[in-house]
Amino acid sequence: MSIEAKSEVLARIRGALQDTPEAPQVRRAYRRTSGRPAAEIREMFEDRLVDYKATVHHENTATLPERIAELLGTSARYVIPEGLDRSWLPGDTTGRRVLVESQTERAGTVLSVRELNEVDAVVTSSTVSCAETGTIFLSGRPEEGRRAISLVPDHHICVVPAASIVELIPEALDRVEPTAPITMISGPSATSDIELERVEGVHGPRRLDVILLT
Amino acid sequence: MSRTALGMPTIRPVHGQGNLHADVDFPTAAKEEMANTQMRANIRHATHTIRGKRARVVEELPDWQELRTAGSVLKEQVMANLPELLEQFEKNFTARGGTVHWARDAAEANRIVTELIEATGSTEVIKVKSMATAEIDLERHLAEHGITATETDLAELIVQLGHDRSSHILVPAIHKNRHEIRDIFLREMPETDDSLTSEPRDLAEAARAHLREKFLSTRVAVSGANFGVAETGTLTVVESEGNGRMCLTLPDTLITVMGIEKLVPTFQDLEVYLQLLPRSSTGERMNPYTSMWTGSTPGDGPQDVHVVLLDNGRSAVLADPAGRSALHCIRCSACLNVCPVYEQAGGHAYGSTYPGPIGAILSPQMTGITAAENSSLPYASSLCGACYDVCPVKINIPEILVHLRDEDVRTRHGERPATEAQSTDEASTAAPETSAQKSSTGLAGRLFRRLPRVPSEMDVMMKGASTVMSSGRRMALAEKALPLGRAVAGRDRAISWLPGMAGGWTDERDIPAPPRESFRNWWADHAAETEDRVNQDGGFRDVPAPDRADDTDEEETP
Repeated sequence: MSIEAKSEVLARIRGALQDTPEAPQVRRAYRRTSGRPAAEIREMFEDRLVDYKATVHHENTATLPERIAELLGTSARYVIPEGLDRSWLPGDTTGRRVLVESQTERAGTVLSVRELNEVDAVVTSSTVSCAETGTIFLSGRPEEGRRAISLVPDHHICVVPAASIVELIPEALDRVEPTAPITMISGPSATSDIELERVEGVHGPRRLDVILLT
Repeated sequence: MSRTALGMPTIRPVHGQGNLHADVDFPTAAKEEMANTQMRANIRHATHTIRGKRARVVEELPDWQELRTAGSVLKEQVMANLPELLEQFEKNFTARGGTVHWARDAAEANRIVTELIEATGSTEVIKVKSMATAEIDLERHLAEHGITATETDLAELIVQLGHDRSSHILVPAIHKNRHEIRDIFLREMPETDDSLTSEPRDLAEAARAHLREKFLSTRVAVSGANFGVAETGTLTVVESEGNGRMCLTLPDTLITVMGIEKLVPTFQDLEVYLQLLPRSSTGERMNPYTSMWTGSTPGDGPQDVHVVLLDNGRSAVLADPAGRSALHCIRCSACLNVCPVYEQAGGHAYGSTYPGPIGAILSPQMTGITAAENSSLPYASSLCGACYDVCPVKINIPEILVHLRDEDVRTRHGERPATEAQSTDEASTAAPETSAQKSSTGLAGRLFRRLPRVPSEMDVMMKGASTVMSSGRRMALAEKALPLGRAVAGRDRAISWLPGMAGGWTDERDIPAPPRESFRNWWADHAAETEDRVNQDGGFRDVPAPDRADDTDEEETP
């Protein structure tokens, strides 16, 4: 690294700021906390997800395994992060098999990119969700896993505990660890690059199932 | 020139290089582009679609104006404290295992990125769409060093495969419609055949298949960044397709090129920009994917992580208090989408990586107004103000356009020495390699053109107008000529051609015929009416002074 470049860039900037501009204090006069009841916030979240062509399901811990089994279909190899609550999952069958990813990198427990590409689906939990924008936050916690597992498989089944849904972006960002690897997901992958019309399904998972867990 | 040292060193602004120049002046380039009716129809369709979407999602937020104000003030803070924030960012990014590099200009940034890639032994990189890397012409530079860079954003891929140039900040291929895109894919993607339709869904699918193997096998990625958080050392990329996530997650090495103005002070500040940006750019409540990383994380994503902090003329923009807010730009492209000039001329007419209204104020400031034909850019506007209305960080683009026109005129008249306006980067050891060099052959000629010279027709006309308008008597005399103008105009009440001095104006537009009666004459007859009305209303009254307490916003005075 060139120390010379750094000191020159900084000197240029200091030179440019010789008028010592004083910036006003920021007033956070925008909404930072929600006044809406939880049921209304959940409804808003669902509305936004559907608008983005994600599919939304309502389950409790008793009905969850059955729903996940149905979404995976009878023939599927799917990956889960090590910290995911196994009681959420259906039992393996001859056609349906779970692959558990460990974050501690024991031999054979981390799938290569190519192995991940052969996997049919991924099931993860999530950190927090923002209703107003329909955004789910993953932050690499043990029940969410490393970023690649929720990216390479074409089908992402994401469990959103109802208590983790907030209305506003400031409320959601308050609940994630800033230095964690963070992925914000708002619907399946999409593009607006052809005539500025949004179409779903490009490089990220083309199918996003969101399970609201109460 | 000798200067007495006064303790404070005076640093002359050092301008940027790369894809920042209009090599043809805007009026000439625009005229050529406007002949492309297909391009104009495509841009018209796309920008009108996005205007409606943007308006709907912006209306949804009751606190949009408060967010804009916060977004603007935060960037003012960034600019005022830039040296401290950059060092804070460097410290935090480094503490988490990342490496920070500093680049004075495009050539230096290109050299750093090339060396980092060469150190990995790879000759292939995948790229996330980035304005900074387009600005420094990284792709061409890498190609010259035997490194193939594959664009992974759909629109960038269309531009790359079509051997074309970007024409929009957000959607570089906005000038192409679905049928043209299908033709490019059929021609350039070996795996496609005639069964490919021009449905956007099919085209997106073709891009997915085309790039999948690249994502799985390429070990080095290059990205830009939408935001860098000084407080935590966090970088952020906002995207839609998942190509960004692929590049930021799967390779071993990640190299990010970020303009020094992209910082925000705290992680909390992202709550403002992550609301402003998606609604302003694609007209969505939120873009499908946003990624954030802070240095490297063991077991998750690239372990060899770099960021190149790029000046390339940004510090020169910062040096002008009247123009520096152009650096607040978060590259949403809303100003392009509403601009009547952009809609007609398209993005290529601006020459630079940064087209549209923001480009018209950013490019000439980054390069210096005398660079190539960039002095024509501040005139590429009708000053209608639509860009200012939609700007999520409230950059007063029309005001800066007028300021830059003034700079241009004063430079032409020698009030600012052209050599100072376009100071070349003396301190940089690396020679400019890109379009700056390409166009430098005509430097002497251009400098000569900028020096004080024979007054132009415009100067004579303005001088004449000034003489006439500064005297009531002369103005009255001039107005006596109005009926003559009406006679020239003929029955359609428009003057379509004038000789000589005003001729340039009538080349492109009709001048409406002068009115039957001048405003001054009309006023002479009607001025007395004002007093009559005031008297009817009961005369002028004192208005009570506003209560000062109303002005102190949140602070409660006991």
